[in-house]
Amino acid sequence: MAFATLKELAKRLNDGETTAADLAAAYLERIGTYNESLNAFVHIDAEATLAQAEASDHHRAKHGPRPLEGLPIAVKDIFCTTGMPTTCCSNILKGFESAYDAHVISRLREAGAVFLGKTNMDEFAMGSSNETSAFGPARNPWDVGCTPGGSSGGSAAAVAADLAPVALGTDTGGSIRQPAGLTGTVGLKPTYGRVSRRGIIAFASSLDQAGPMTRNVRDTALLASVLCGHDAGDATSVPDAPVIDWLQAAGRLDLYGLKIGRPREYFVDGMHPEVRSRVEEALARCADLGAEIVDISLPHTQYAVAAYYVIAPSEASANLARYDGVRYGVRCDNPSDLADMYTRSRDEGFGAEVKRRILTGTFALSSGYYDAYYKKAQQVRTLLRRDFDEAFTKVDVIATPTSPTPAFKLGEKTDDPLTMYLNDIFTIAVNLAGLPGLSQPCGMADGLPVGLQWIAPAWREDVILGAAHAFEAATDWHRQTPEGYS
Amino acid sequence: MDVKQIAELARIRLTDEETAEIGPQMEKIIGYVESMDALDTADIPPTAHPHDAAMPLRPDVVSNTNRRDELLAGAPLAESGLFVVPKVIEGQ
Repeated sequence: MAFATLKELAKRLNDGETTAADLAAAYLERIGTYNESLNAFVHIDAEATLAQAEASDHHRAKHGPRPLEGLPIAVKDIFCTTGMPTTCCSNILKGFESAYDAHVISRLREAGAVFLGKTNMDEFAMGSSNETSAFGPARNPWDVGCTPGGSSGGSAAAVAADLAPVALGTDTGGSIRQPAGLTGTVGLKPTYGRVSRRGIIAFASSLDQAGPMTRNVRDTALLASVLCGHDAGDATSVPDAPVIDWLQAAGRLDLYGLKIGRPREYFVDGMHPEVRSRVEEALARCADLGAEIVDISLPHTQYAVAAYYVIAPSEASANLARYDGVRYGVRCDNPSDLADMYTRSRDEGFGAEVKRRILTGTFALSSGYYDAYYKKAQQVRTLLRRDFDEAFTKVDVIATPTSPTPAFKLGEKTDDPLTMYLNDIFTIAVNLAGLPGLSQPCGMADGLPVGLQWIAPAWREDVILGAAHAFEAATDWHRQTPEGYS
Repeated sequence: MDVKQIAELARIRLTDEETAEIGPQMEKIIGYVESMDALDTADIPPTAHPHDAAMPLRPDVVSNTNRRDELLAGAPLAESGLFVVPKVIEGQ
């Protein structure tokens, strides 16, 4: 039964072959067996999970099944959840329990989902390898010496090893798509504004978006159909977002009539040659399925990382001002005065990467530098948006590698922050432009999974899901599982 | 770049070792960021947000309940329904 899809699990529940309680117990057992080596989960409460599962069985018996009735899900530690700690994998939030659920957590509860626990992540989602977590790194099931990617590394590792059938992640510069790519799973970052950010611990408010991480495209569509929708409690949740039929979109089997853009700036020297080959082969496969492959240019791509590392740290420096040792989290011992309390609580509570980003953002926003850095980055953001606008006059969807290399070794990039930042070179522009993006497996390089990234115009997740499903149906990459987790 | 002064603005105490490590790293990051200077952006409007939607309005009605005690429960130090901080005002 390991590596079952949500559809298969739902069928077994509906047919009475299993119960939510049995399913939850089976997953808790897998977590018990494999989590010590993968470090994918940071908070587990078996009793609470089983109680939710039993409540779900009760609901099914009394009222019939809801859309995710009894289906287990893992949740990144960035989502506020009542009854479980929410720490963002930071020491400054050690022991914090939220008084309310994130909007998307409420939606999942109302749909009947059962929470398996909270997953590991880079501290405050700042990182690309899960190595900045206060709980230590999650590990890649394909090679436990490698990173599962970040920041949603725990969710990706959990789904890739089937410690959970599906998980929630968040994506500010690639934090869903990059770990999905590096673990051979499927991850969708919806259009900015599709998913409410209320109750998701904020990193960069104009970039953050939550989304599903799964092992196939249909499960992503099912989960997205529950997560997406307007929330009056989040001013950036768009009330009149175009409605799409998620499951119907994820049923496409051919690509006739679809124009796929192949941006030359995403196939560059320096990327892993096998990654390039796998993505080129994937595009050839899409052509076999009827798609027309069109060479395009996104000319400002090389400036995306630079713009991002002004905008994201600037927004982070404002968002993380709230961790002041007063209202929640941890306060330093015996502060001598208010200033000592602020500065020492923040020094002791934040890890090195979070401090670096707060300081970089504080610098970019400080008097005399604002125009040179922050405003400049916002102008470059406009140029990046225009690149996509122009491209989408010629094509329906864009296909690229998700990352320039397969999963790298833990410790390989921790000495030089900039080298780590450049790993996100293919995912960052999508956040700056607010577009939807998805990564799905498209082959192997050096024995590790390679991710294929799809990018569509705003609100056109249906085009992405259609293309990704047709590719998936024609290939077997999503059925490959890491050894040792059967 | 005066890292100590930036850290003061951000209310983060840095040890001397941290300052010595973070300073050069930030110089390198900012140096990379300055690659944007190659672009002429004089006539380009800035993007603050992916969608240029107006801030939505809603009727001004009370929608939240009083959950003071639950919200104070996560505070490092609270008393009589208040957050407790070190003394701010000097004097008697």
